[in-house]
Amino acid sequence: MALLEVRDLTVVFERKGEQPFTAVDHVSFDVEPGQTVGLVGESGCGKSVTSLAVMGLLPRRGARIGGTVNYEGVNLLALSDREMRDRRGRDLGMVFQDPLSSLNPVIPIGVQVTEVLERHRDMPRKKAMVEAEDLLDKVGIPDPRRRLSEYPHQLSGGMRQRALIAIALACRPRLLIADEPTTALDVTIQAQILALLKELVQDMGTALVMITHDLGVVAGLCDEVNVLYGGRVVEKAQRHELFAQPRHPYTHGLLNSIPRLDAPRGEKLSPIRGSVADNIPWEQGCAFAPRCPNALDVCVQRTPEQEDVGGGRLLRCHNPVQPVVTEEVSV
Amino acid sequence: MSADSTAAELVSVQGIKVHFPIRRGVVLDRTVGYVYAVDGVDLTVRRGETYGLVGESGCGKSTLGRAVLRLTEPTAGRVVFDGTDLSALKGEQLRSMRRRMQMVFQDPMSSLDPRQSVESILVEGLRAHGLDKSRESTAKRLRELLSAVGLPTTSLRKYPHEFSGGQRQRIGIARALSVEPDLIIADEPVSALDVSVQAQVVNLLEELQEQFGLTYLVIAHDLAVVRHISDRVGVMYLGGLVEEAGSDDLYAEPLHPYTRALLSAIPVPDPRVEDQRERILLTGDLPSPANPPNGCRFHTRCPWKQDTKCSTERPELREVLPGHRVACHWAEDIRSGRIRPHEVRAELVVEDGISPDVPLVGPASVTEVLNP
Repeated sequence: MALLEVRDLTVVFERKGEQPFTAVDHVSFDVEPGQTVGLVGESGCGKSVTSLAVMGLLPRRGARIGGTVNYEGVNLLALSDREMRDRRGRDLGMVFQDPLSSLNPVIPIGVQVTEVLERHRDMPRKKAMVEAEDLLDKVGIPDPRRRLSEYPHQLSGGMRQRALIAIALACRPRLLIADEPTTALDVTIQAQILALLKELVQDMGTALVMITHDLGVVAGLCDEVNVLYGGRVVEKAQRHELFAQPRHPYTHGLLNSIPRLDAPRGEKLSPIRGSVADNIPWEQGCAFAPRCPNALDVCVQRTPEQEDVGGGRLLRCHNPVQPVVTEEVSV
Repeated sequence: MSADSTAAELVSVQGIKVHFPIRRGVVLDRTVGYVYAVDGVDLTVRRGETYGLVGESGCGKSTLGRAVLRLTEPTAGRVVFDGTDLSALKGEQLRSMRRRMQMVFQDPMSSLDPRQSVESILVEGLRAHGLDKSRESTAKRLRELLSAVGLPTTSLRKYPHEFSGGQRQRIGIARALSVEPDLIIADEPVSALDVSVQAQVVNLLEELQEQFGLTYLVIAHDLAVVRHISDRVGVMYLGGLVEEAGSDDLYAEPLHPYTRALLSAIPVPDPRVEDQRERILLTGDLPSPANPPNGCRFHTRCPWKQDTKCSTERPELREVLPGHRVACHWAEDIRSGRIRPHEVRAELVVEDGISPDVPLVGPASVTEVLNP
């Protein structure tokens, strides 16, 4: 049994007088301790809503959540608010994209770190402060004692993200969900934060769910990758297999549309045509069909099912990109 | 300078500086210091080329772009555009000169007026520069513009909110094109877009350049995108240019330690490459541009820092290889491998007497780094 088992997670947003909107549609994935699982996709693909649903952070009203989220065999979706509060921060940690808006601007960093320690580990204030200093030091914040009394706006973007990671790690959660943790940061700082996350997974055996749109980040960090499109997982594979041979036309298109630093220059990029606005509902066929270069008639008539195509790869496509036989797959 | 080389140059930036005053006090409004956003940059952009300007947030790249157009008044230095010194121009002369240099902004939502239809957005520039001669010619021009950027003619009556991000960026590009400029300064033209859409806009910019013989100054933080579209690339750090070279040369052999670190930090979407890469991890944050380090601006974080010169003398941008300028005292030694990188301890940036509650005059990107 995996540490986290997400099965058929479905999130439907309902609003009076409007069509219900399915943001996440039967998404399933497992995370083992010491493993990093990536959820990749562009804006609107449902990757963030997935993470919020797992953390129980979606509003009770307006969002209908289906499926199961088992953490050590306990279905988190069935827990009461109070029980969930006990787990959040203790068993499950989360790092958000924008550290400035997820830290409280009027409370010093120190209090925001110790708050978790006092609430979940019943530490007295003094002891918590010492522990907080240690935590900040661990995530690479220089002069942690002084930082404890500072406010979020006094820290740089990279430092804030580190502080946020320190808060998420305060109770040594076994599962960490990072939602675009480096998107707001510069590349050199991004490299520092990614190295820190990698270390955590390796040294502490933390299970990490990495949510990002950046395929470069995924390539360096994730063991297993789930590519989301329109709320569904369209391709799931181990990272070496996925990048060596993307089978879903969307994954394939994404990889072809990014300019690469190590590729010869001067070639035209091959973008995916259209935009997410062109999607058709999954009930009518494949949501990606209007933008897909491989689309057949069947793609707009029948919904593709998720199939196991071997090699640990799941694919949801009527007409996938054929594997190139000549290319050597190094694992 | 020979007449030939002047003709090839469209823009020549000479020793430009932009310093934003930091003010304090309500009644006694005094200046307590300056943010040295751009601190002495020389560069030239040749006719028909794409010059890419890269650097991290707060390095002054956007301010430099704005200073070239005199959207932000430079503190010192001058910009020569096609033989005319822009700093000498005033009022009407400057306004009519601006027809020839246009800008494409990062966020197409906030740079398009939500209450203006696309037609009105596009006609505004034509009218301001007296290009709106007759109804028929204007209508024809608008159709040309829309087809050039790949939007349907039905777009004219629509408003910005009715378009997707990529389409909005196309409107922004059409607006810049409408007055037939020679130079387009694009500040982060694709960074607000989804990956799959980014490539569409990058390709569009390239096609338009070919079609209209445009010259681009592209400002971006994404080095992969910049490498893809630029002929020459300049790397900025803390208000100064640290390295400039042809796009291929820069990426094949970066000579400045900062460029090396920057390039090594960019993730490549290929696990085989990622697993073998050696990263040069920089320690610490960007120092405050209000209190930049003495000597080489990068010496506080540089893994190649030497005991002499680095912390005392500010290196000049000098030609180390043909067409490859580097601002580093030790560029040759680093290149030959005589100097090896060493460990750098994160240095705490000491408060510089500017409290964070001082509102900053100037672009938002600088505020971020004021108090690391």
